[in-house]
This record gives sequence, C-alpha cells and structure tokens, in this order.
Amino acid sequence: MTTIFGVPAAALYGQILIGLINGSFYALLSLGLAVIFGLLNVINFAHGALYMLGAFTAWLGLQYFGLNYWAALVVVPIVVGLFGIVIERLALRRISGLDPLYGLLLTFGLTLVIEGLFRYWYGSSGQPYAPPPQLTGGVNLGFMFLPIYRGWVVIASVIVCFATWYVIERTRLGAYLRAATENPALVKAFGINVPLLITLTYAGGVALAGFAGVLAAPIYQVSPLMGSNLIIVVFAVVVVGGMGSILGAIVTGYLLGVLEGLTKVFYPPASAIVIFVVMAVVLLVRPAGLFGRGD
Amino acid sequence: MRKDTRNPAVSARLTAWLARTTAVAALALGASQALAADGVKIGVLNDQSGVYADYGGKWSVEAARMAVEDFGGSVLGQKIEIVSADHQNKPDIGSNIARQWYDVDGVDMITELTTSSVALAVHELSKEKKKIDIVVGAATSRLTGDACQPYGFHWAFDTRALAVGTGGALTKAGGNTWFFLTADYAFGYQLEEDTTKLVKEEGGKVLGSVRHPLNNNDFSSFLLQAQASQAKVVGLANAGLDTTNSVKQASEFGITAGGQKLAGLLMTLAEVHGLGLKASQGLVLTEGYYWDLDDKSREFGERFFKRTQRMPSMIHAGTYSAVLSYLKAVKAAGSKDTEKVAAKLKELPVDDVFGRGGKVLANGRMVHDMYLFEVKKPEDSKKPWDYYKLLATIPGDKAFFSLAESGCPIK
Repeated sequence: MTTIFGVPAAALYGQILIGLINGSFYALLSLGLAVIFGLLNVINFAHGALYMLGAFTAWLGLQYFGLNYWAALVVVPIVVGLFGIVIERLALRRISGLDPLYGLLLTFGLTLVIEGLFRYWYGSSGQPYAPPPQLTGGVNLGFMFLPIYRGWVVIASVIVCFATWYVIERTRLGAYLRAATENPALVKAFGINVPLLITLTYAGGVALAGFAGVLAAPIYQVSPLMGSNLIIVVFAVVVVGGMGSILGAIVTGYLLGVLEGLTKVFYPPASAIVIFVVMAVVLLVRPAGLFGRGD
Repeated sequence: MRKDTRNPAVSARLTAWLARTTAVAALALGASQALAADGVKIGVLNDQSGVYADYGGKWSVEAARMAVEDFGGSVLGQKIEIVSADHQNKPDIGSNIARQWYDVDGVDMITELTTSSVALAVHELSKEKKKIDIVVGAATSRLTGDACQPYGFHWAFDTRALAVGTGGALTKAGGNTWFFLTADYAFGYQLEEDTTKLVKEEGGKVLGSVRHPLNNNDFSSFLLQAQASQAKVVGLANAGLDTTNSVKQASEFGITAGGQKLAGLLMTLAEVHGLGLKASQGLVLTEGYYWDLDDKSREFGERFFKRTQRMPSMIHAGTYSAVLSYLKAVKAAGSKDTEKVAAKLKELPVDDVFGRGGKVLANGRMVHDMYLFEVKKPEDSKKPWDYYKLLATIPGDKAFFSLAESGCPIK
C-alpha cells in the first residue's frame, strides 16, 4: 500500500474529501457572514442560530406540513430570510452607525434567546431528519465509501457560493451594493433606496445560513446546539479569509475544511484547534486576512 | 464566544468584556441560591444546556423533586429543599458552584454530577469539605476506584457495568475485534479502558482507537478510520449528543451495512428517543432502569411522564433513588452529620423503583442489577416510548467491580 508520511494514501484521499465536505458548510456560512459584514458592518453572531433555525424549519415543515426536502431547500431560506428582515428592521437598524461591537452583542443576545427557546421546546438531544430517498446510499470510490448525500452537499454548496459571488461582484445589483458600502450618501443621491438594499442584504446573508441548515439536517442531528458548535469555527474562517472578503470566505472555507480533515489523520487531538492556530498566525502575519485589503 | 472575531483592538476589549460577564454569570448562578442554613438542602449539579442536557439535565432536577415529595417534604422536622445549577461540563465552573454551595449556601449533599471530569473534581472537594455527594450521571469507575473517598457515592451505573453489559454481550456474540471512538476526556478514557479489559478477558483484540473532542459535530473522519480498521465492532465510548451523531453518521457511511457492529457503550432512553427507532434499531445497550420493566417501574415512569412529557432514563430514575436514599439515611441517622449519614447509606439496603435489592459497598458503589436491552424495530414498538426489548439481567455482583477489584483503599 502506498503511504504518505506513514499514512496510507487511501486514508489521506478519504480525509481530504471529508474535509471538502465540511469545508462546504464553512464556506456557505462564512460567505453569509462576510456579505453581512462587508455591507452592513455588523458581526452577525446570530448566524449559527439562524443555521439551526434553518434545520429546524425544515424538520418542522416535514413534520407538520409534509414539506419534503427539495421544497424545504427553496422554502426554508425564504422563511429564514423573512425572519432576518424582521431582525434587521426591528433591531439592527437602530444601532447602525455605532461601533460594530453593539451589533455583535445584539446578535449574540438573539442567539441565546433563539437557542434557549428551541432547547426549551425540543430538548438538546435533537430530532432526526431523514435524507431524501433520491440521495440515500453511497458509492465506493475505491479509497472510501462516499455517501451520495455528502457528494450532493459539495455540489450544492459550490453552486450557491459561486452564484452569490457572481451576483455581488458581476451584476448591476451587486455594483449598487458595493457602492452603497463605500459611500451610502452618494448612492442615495442617485435615487437608490439604500435602506432597502441593506435589509435585503441581511436577508440574503441570513438565507444562506438557512440554506446551509437544510443541507445539514440529514447529516447532523437537528439540535438547538448545532449552530453554536459551528459558529466559532466559521468566525475563524472569516477572519483568516479577511473580514468582508467574499472570495476569501469561500476559498478559506474549503481550505480550512481540508486542513482540519488532514489534522484528523495525522494528529486527531489537534483537530479542534488547528483552525484557530492558523487564525492566530494569519492575524500576526497578515492582520487583514489572506484575501483582505489592508487599510 | 471568547474568540477573536475582528480587528485586534476591538477583540481585546470584547474578550475582556466577555470574560467578565461570564465570570459574573457563573457566580450569580450559585449566589442566587443563598438561603438560611436551616433545613436539608440538596444540590442537583449537571449539564443543563449542552450535549448532556437531555441525558440528565433539568429532567434530573424534576426527579429529585419527586423524591422529596414522595418522602413527605421534610425530614427530622426540617424542610427539604432542592437547588440546581448548570456546570456547563466544565470542571472549574462545577467546582466553583459546589464550593459556593458547601461554604456559603449550606448545601448538605450534591447529586447527579453528569460528566466524569466534573464529578471527579467535586468528589475531591466533597472529601475536603467533609460533605456527601452521590454521583448518578457520570460514568467513570474511578469514582469508586483510585479516586474513591469516604463520603462519595456512585449510584446508577459505571464504565465497568457498561463494559460488562454491552461489551461482554457483543464479544460473546463473535465481535472479537474492536475499534473505539472515544470522547477525549476522563469519561471516554475510562470507558475505553474498562471495555478493553473486558474484551481481552473474553479473548478479543482491540485494533485501535481515535479520540474526538467533547461536543463534536462531524464524525465522518473518525468513522472512516474505524471502517478502515476492519474491526468487527466499532465501540462508541462517548455519550449524549455525541453518540447520537456518531450512530446517525455511521449508518450514512455504510458502517453497519458493511458488516461492522456498532456498540453504543453509553446510550440511554433519551438518545434512542432523539435518534428515532429507524436509526437506532438493533443497537444493544446497557441501562440500570427501563420504565416498562414491571409495575413498579411503570408507575414511576408514568408519573414522571405526566410532569415532563418524557419517560425517565436510568439517570433520572437513579437521581430519584439517590435523593430518596439520602433522605432515608438522614432519617435513620437522626442527624445531618456527614459521618453518620454516610455510615447509614452504606448500611441500609436500597429497594425502590430504581435499585432492586441494591447494596452499597464501603467504597460508595451502589451495587444493583443492570439490564441488557436491544432497541426494537419500528414495527415492534406498540406504543409511544416502547423502545427496548430485555435481553438479559446482569446480576449486580457481575456488573460492578467488587471492593477488592475496584482498587479503592477504603476497607
């Protein structure tokens, strides 16, 4: 058997693939965070809770309205996005222009409320959500058994990440958004409804979290804790990628997913901290992040 | 939430602020309980918001309240009071709360203590403060082994009993090669160690193990390693939500379909309920209580259900039994004095909804029968919470270490 640094090559390929799958979630979530930070200057700590809300909405939809997985992929992001609009209009708007710390604390509080409510209603051991029948089973790739659903996660996440990047960087709407971040007063003077743009951006970023939640539901137990497990890692990804950098968030998400996967082969106990070590090093060497524009 | 998320200056301020808030919140948890030193005060300390919040959690607090009500609400003419707190699975927070309870709030006994690392810390503290603790939710057999102490008790089960039950059953059924997925802290180590010992006694072999952090979400990397080991049995030396996620993902990666057996070494009714029968059917597990065993257990189960909308596991029934036994011992001793109550606890037989013909050894181990169950197929489940089929009853003497085997110096 071929080995690389004493690890069988087959195991290594397997872990790289697993890393890509986990990276898909990191990328989707950190992308939403980056979009929101870039345009609203809000550190959206509620992102993990909204991801959890996405998974729970999918589960509730199935349980009470017979909403199947494919419908949930479309409906849930809209529901979570609408919830985001409520948050933005009722709360975030009132603190715009203040130090980002206020936004962070506000969304942190929201997280505690949302997670607490779901823990109260559904307990911490969570609810099971079966994968759609079309995506059950798996294929043997020779070096590993790949569940079909996990393959789908990578594809879906790449498509959605690319589409989001395209909208922001390559379309007229995206151009307005970017201009509004640079100079809201000027953009307003051109007759563009900046407050509406901001609301929609927040809704869009949050909808991405909801989408990731639906993707995650069949893999992980749908539990009130699922978001808090992930949010810290995702924040690290955003910092490494460069706060507010769209492309940085996507690429770093996948990269760190793979790095974490590799650590699980070579030295599993370090797998929980490797991302933060990278974050610390990046902050020391390139404080603006790998893809960030330095001030 | 104590992580750098922005530019260094803001982060530093934020970190300091969060650290202060957390410290204040942790203290407030304990401080809010302060009351007069009169009466008998029992503290239920466990995880009420994390991975083990359904495993024990606020449901254990409810079980403790039931025991107090069933006892009549007072002992030796003094009112009995239950206080509770969330230790967040952190030994430092757990010890701080316990210290506050013992020193300031006049708590007489601490129980439940899910999470072995916290239980070991509080066990040591109770010895120093000369107070009684009765561990229910934590598993490590060290509590009555090398870490035993004269005022510490271990009630519901331990890693040895789980090894004998689930480990023994699977090894005897031909599962003679094992690979472990182990939670990376005191509990996981001990469960792996005790199970390894048993597997070897039965002539089996352990091919390897991998350690994962507590509160892990994704087990795919670890499961791939388990799969590559080609061991006949994949032993899950973890608990709570970690076990639920491992079982779910093991079936996704075709581990069970590929012929490997999954051994959920510590699974309770709460995890089976969370997974659903479809995902958990056929799993073999060991518990010290099941609500549908006989009339006595059903009566308790149904009463518990009325209050909580869920059936109790061995952790909840065990907490009920621990509190009830403590109160009986206080009554028999005629005082709250730690030495006298501890002696009575070791002297009185345990016979309630949880422990049938139970006895307490000198090291604090409550020895009682354990049960080996198989999770039913969905079509065999006739009513809500009808989850287990009884495979075997493991006599207490077989399930637990004897005093000599335990390694505890107390004679």
